[in-house]
Amino acid sequence: MHLLEPRAQPSQLMRWTAPLIAIAATLLVGSVLFWALGKSPLDSFHVFFVEPLTTGYGWSELLIKACPLILIAQGLAIGFKARIYNIGAEGQLIVGALFGGGIGIAYGETGAAWVLPAMVVAGAIGGALWGAIPALLKTRFNAEETLTTLMLTYVASHLLSYMMHGPWRDPEGMNFPQSILFDDAALFGLLVEGFRINSSLWIVIFAVLAFWLFNARSFLAYRLEVGGLAPAAARYAGFPAKQTVWFSLVISGLTAGLAGVGEVAGPVGQLNLNISPGYGFAAIIVAYLGRLHPLGIVLAGTLMALIYLGGEAAQLSLQMPAAITGIFQGMLLFFLLGADAFIDNRLRRRAR
Amino acid sequence: MLDYLPLILAGTLAAATPLIFAGLGELVAERSGVINLGVEGMMLIGAIAGFAAAAETGYGAVIGLPAGALAGAAAAAIFGFFALSLTANQAACGLALTIFGIGLSAFIGQHYVSYSLPGLQPIAIPLLSDIPLLGPALFRQDWVVYLSLIAFALVAWTLTKTRLGLLLKAVGEAPEAAHAIGYPVIAIRYGAVIFGGAMAGIAGAYLATVYTPLWVQNMSAGRGWIAVALVVFATWKPTRLMLGAYLFGFVTILQFHAQGLGISVPVQLLAALPYLATIVVLVLISRDRKLLQLNLPASLGKPFLP
Repeated sequence: MHLLEPRAQPSQLMRWTAPLIAIAATLLVGSVLFWALGKSPLDSFHVFFVEPLTTGYGWSELLIKACPLILIAQGLAIGFKARIYNIGAEGQLIVGALFGGGIGIAYGETGAAWVLPAMVVAGAIGGALWGAIPALLKTRFNAEETLTTLMLTYVASHLLSYMMHGPWRDPEGMNFPQSILFDDAALFGLLVEGFRINSSLWIVIFAVLAFWLFNARSFLAYRLEVGGLAPAAARYAGFPAKQTVWFSLVISGLTAGLAGVGEVAGPVGQLNLNISPGYGFAAIIVAYLGRLHPLGIVLAGTLMALIYLGGEAAQLSLQMPAAITGIFQGMLLFFLLGADAFIDNRLRRRAR
Repeated sequence: MLDYLPLILAGTLAAATPLIFAGLGELVAERSGVINLGVEGMMLIGAIAGFAAAAETGYGAVIGLPAGALAGAAAAAIFGFFALSLTANQAACGLALTIFGIGLSAFIGQHYVSYSLPGLQPIAIPLLSDIPLLGPALFRQDWVVYLSLIAFALVAWTLTKTRLGLLLKAVGEAPEAAHAIGYPVIAIRYGAVIFGGAMAGIAGAYLATVYTPLWVQNMSAGRGWIAVALVVFATWKPTRLMLGAYLFGFVTILQFHAQGLGISVPVQLLAALPYLATIVVLVLISRDRKLLQLNLPASLGKPFLP
């Protein structure tokens, strides 16, 4: 049962090849899965990973799905470096969508130019607030952020459900739990006519650059990383641990909130119960797969978007439940963690 | 209020049952030093396995619970391979297991959507069930509720009175020392984790075949996470875990009787109550750092590599 022994030096090679190994292993086990279900693995992979990208529309959909994943993962990576595990980005996304969407519902019909910017700001504030609650609970009461962020996700989704069944339900929506469709003033403009990709893309590009600069240049980023790698050293150097908690949770809440607005003012176009197919959870995998590096996250987020897209395609052409996306996501994270174990360890040599 | 009391009490016991199974399982795993955040995933895998077995054979919970236990144990073994044999980050492995479990159960469950099962008849315990008011509430339950009490007694007894319990705690407190004396740390941890998986599987199977005997995607609805929180609340002690589970059972059941009790809060907000209660309870217990430190298994979450 003891498979590993420590390496003398962590392997830099493994650090960067681990994601590739994890992807390869996921594909391998995935083919076995397809085969076991009586589908040809090759055909299935064609449907899953190639077909979606054969059309311009497919590429636009890829970007639409990659945007929220990349955005959320950028924020999460800050916390993960400092060992602050926000696993409730899904909830922060929902609250961001509620804050932004609320403005869209109330003021969209004015047609004013300030509506969309106000929605973006409100969404960021909403997500940040929802992230600030676990920060308060952690710094003030020592409550584990893993459990509190997750519990708040359930609270957020019930809050959304309440707003959709009650105050914000579309009066002419045949009692469906959804809001009115947003007016144009409350929607991101389309970049290319006929495709769903919209101007929220600029927010994501700006965020990636900002996070990249922050990581590469700022002293705060360095402090966060030291706090994660060597808490004792960070304390000795006088880096305040509480500040780290607050910063990590608020910034990751903020990006998740922004992603929430991106969805409701983008492809979804209203508030309803299905504003996110688990982007907040998938972004955790994206952050690790991208090695917590802003540019790595862009690649990982694009791959994860493809898994989502492939899941939808598989539903249409292979009659497979879209839940296969979750199976792939779980496998990918398992294999990534397994491969990561080989950064600091190697296979035990049998001495006996 | 008094009219509702038996109903609320009976409902509390039933609602607490899955939390008891899942919580006891996680408690044992954590006592061995392993934190498995995959309880939610294992519960869902157990739920669909139990539901499928019950639906296909027609034997209900009698076959559903063992099937759920097996499936939960298998899921825990996967977690064990990555977290124990490969020493990967336990929290992240648990998360992977949850994501995987949600996907897998929804995938298999596709065949069973809106398929329902007969459920279980309550068993009245002679004499005790005749006590006015409390009797019908507490002693007229399905057999799984009674089984949860037996499970509690067994776990509590094993942890405090047996060699196995001592060994388990030793591995959780001081794995290096246990290893040095020659105990197989990893094997014991595998055992604890797989036991936890089986218990989570039973919890899920109870939900799917007895508590709400029809298949709904994601039907555990965060109960696995609440079970993890309960273990912290219980400061790793089985008796306190039971208390916590009944408290949560009560909060869960309250929402269904709120209207009758004259509480006019929208149902969607009442449904958020158990999760809010979890946060409150975590805050109350965590603010006392000493209490937590005193009971926390010393090696919790730390991988062991001899």
